[in-house]
Amino acid sequence: MIEARALSKHFGAVRAVDEVSFIARDGEITGLLGPNGAGKSTCLRLLYGILEADAGASLIDGADIAGETSAARARLGVLPHAAGLYANLTARENIAYFGTLHGLSAAAVDARIGELERTLAMSGFIDRRAKGFSQGQRVKTALARALIHSPRNLILDEPTNGLDVMAIRNLRELLLRLKSEGHCILFSSHVMQEIAALCDRVVIIGAGRVLADDTPLKIRERCGTASFEDAFLQVLGSAEGVS
Amino acid sequence: MRALFTVFYKEFVENLRDRRTLLSALLFGPLFGPLLFGAMVTRMLDQSLAEADVPLQMTVAGGARAPGLLQFLQSHGVELTRVELSEEAARTVVREGGAQMVLFVPADYADRFLAVTPAPLLLVADSSDSQARKNVDRIKSLLSGFGSEIAQLRLQIRGIDPMIALPIAVDDVDIATPTGKAVVVLGFMTYFVLFAMLMGGLYLAIDCTAGERERGSLEALLTLPVARSALVGGKILATCAYMTLSLAITLTAFVSVFRFVPLEKLGMSSNLGADSALLLFAICLPFVPLGAALMTFVASFTRSYREAQTYLTSVLLVPTLPIAFASIYSLKTKSSLMPIPSLSQHLLMTSVLRGETPAPLDLLVSALVSLALAGVLISVTARHWRRESMLG
Repeated sequence: MIEARALSKHFGAVRAVDEVSFIARDGEITGLLGPNGAGKSTCLRLLYGILEADAGASLIDGADIAGETSAARARLGVLPHAAGLYANLTARENIAYFGTLHGLSAAAVDARIGELERTLAMSGFIDRRAKGFSQGQRVKTALARALIHSPRNLILDEPTNGLDVMAIRNLRELLLRLKSEGHCILFSSHVMQEIAALCDRVVIIGAGRVLADDTPLKIRERCGTASFEDAFLQVLGSAEGVS
Repeated sequence: MRALFTVFYKEFVENLRDRRTLLSALLFGPLFGPLLFGAMVTRMLDQSLAEADVPLQMTVAGGARAPGLLQFLQSHGVELTRVELSEEAARTVVREGGAQMVLFVPADYADRFLAVTPAPLLLVADSSDSQARKNVDRIKSLLSGFGSEIAQLRLQIRGIDPMIALPIAVDDVDIATPTGKAVVVLGFMTYFVLFAMLMGGLYLAIDCTAGERERGSLEALLTLPVARSALVGGKILATCAYMTLSLAITLTAFVSVFRFVPLEKLGMSSNLGADSALLLFAICLPFVPLGAALMTFVASFTRSYREAQTYLTSVLLVPTLPIAFASIYSLKTKSSLMPIPSLSQHLLMTSVLRGETPAPLDLLVSALVSLALAGVLISVTARHWRRESMLG
């Protein structure tokens, strides 16, 4: 379970995240939705503990993320927005590096990479150097890297960026499988169809604040619109009217 | 500790696979200095040996008017070329490079010489030509030698003790050569050792900080449950490893080059064997973590590979400053200078190259100060890595 508890963060005079609270539950996929510059990435960065909140807390299975070696980090897998790889290492070495840094034994790393190789269909390039990987191969490797320590919770920042249709479908299937295994998944996107098709719950963020937090269906019903996209725009529009 | 080693191992292996980086760190950097040094010293020695041996050559115009002078010059080993030129033509010849210098004997030379009034002589030369200037100086001292010989004879004829005209006698005691030249050469060599050592770690220091950020792998790395000090420590350790390798290769190359250069002529110890090389290595080793920490520290503040490269190139110049200072003020090895990193290494290395044995206390102070500064820089860098601004 990932919980944002009244998270606030400002950069200079800009309040990037303003008292954001929501919960992403186990066995559910939670989508973080918002226009560009709404504070999605900042919010996720606060949740995975790379930024320090001015106020509030970020809890992973109840453990606070604050601190470099906090227990919460061990229970969390992260696919950041820019998930770069080490070009001179093979996919396997890239993944193993993170596994070892998570404190796994060499045997555990090997076994887990074997699993991930099958799950993510990586056998074609697992022992090739990451230099010259396609975007799809790169995302798979970065995803495997985030999953190496079998975290119960997963945060993905715009994971479908730059992926082709096939790769997006594969990713969707993987997320659904992780969900069915009881994992807690939180991901951000600005693609409506993706969110509507995949998410059990949607948190809409605008100007650093939570504007809606419900199932896609309920949000659409409350707005009385035919599509989720219209509902999203309506939620954003009303927020602008209020402020 | 395991995390630190994991980071170290990964950075070490990754850098090992980057052929371009490896070439510049372990081949060009360490070999360029010794080869250039060998070539330079050999050329310098050739030149200084040649200068002493080659007889002075001079063109004389109107020499028939001054047979005594010509005889004097010839007896002092000057090779004369006699020509008949006007004063104007003599100037032209020198200006156009036909002769390095021309001694022009004016028409009234003989008359005035006999009349015991100062007899005129014209020495035509280009003072902006440094090679000519040296020869002009030699000729001038010969001419004044001739002058004083004549003066003494004249006094003697008139029954006056010539010593009256010699109130002082100056003897040149020149200790500058060849040791003076050696100081410059040694400064050059010790700088190259430090430079090659820093070069060995330069690209790794950039790659694992600014490079990591530019590639976008930094953010994922920072989400791991690993102390930032372990990340920084591992990276600095990997940089140290390459710097140490580079240092070892550089010293080996220098010692090999020394076998072919007559070092004793420069006042340097000619028996530079494995012992001295090991001592040089030990002197430089404490500078390794300091250099690695300095480069990693600077690179941690830059946003891109290119920016890091720009700043670190200036960092490479930092160790030259004390060495340049030492050359300008010709500093000698003193215990009070040992707390200055790079200067202390330079002075200690210079001592070893001269065949002296550095004082153990000096070695200790030099090493401890460098290591302590490295420790401070490492902890400052680790603190910077804990800040959000690291994300860039």
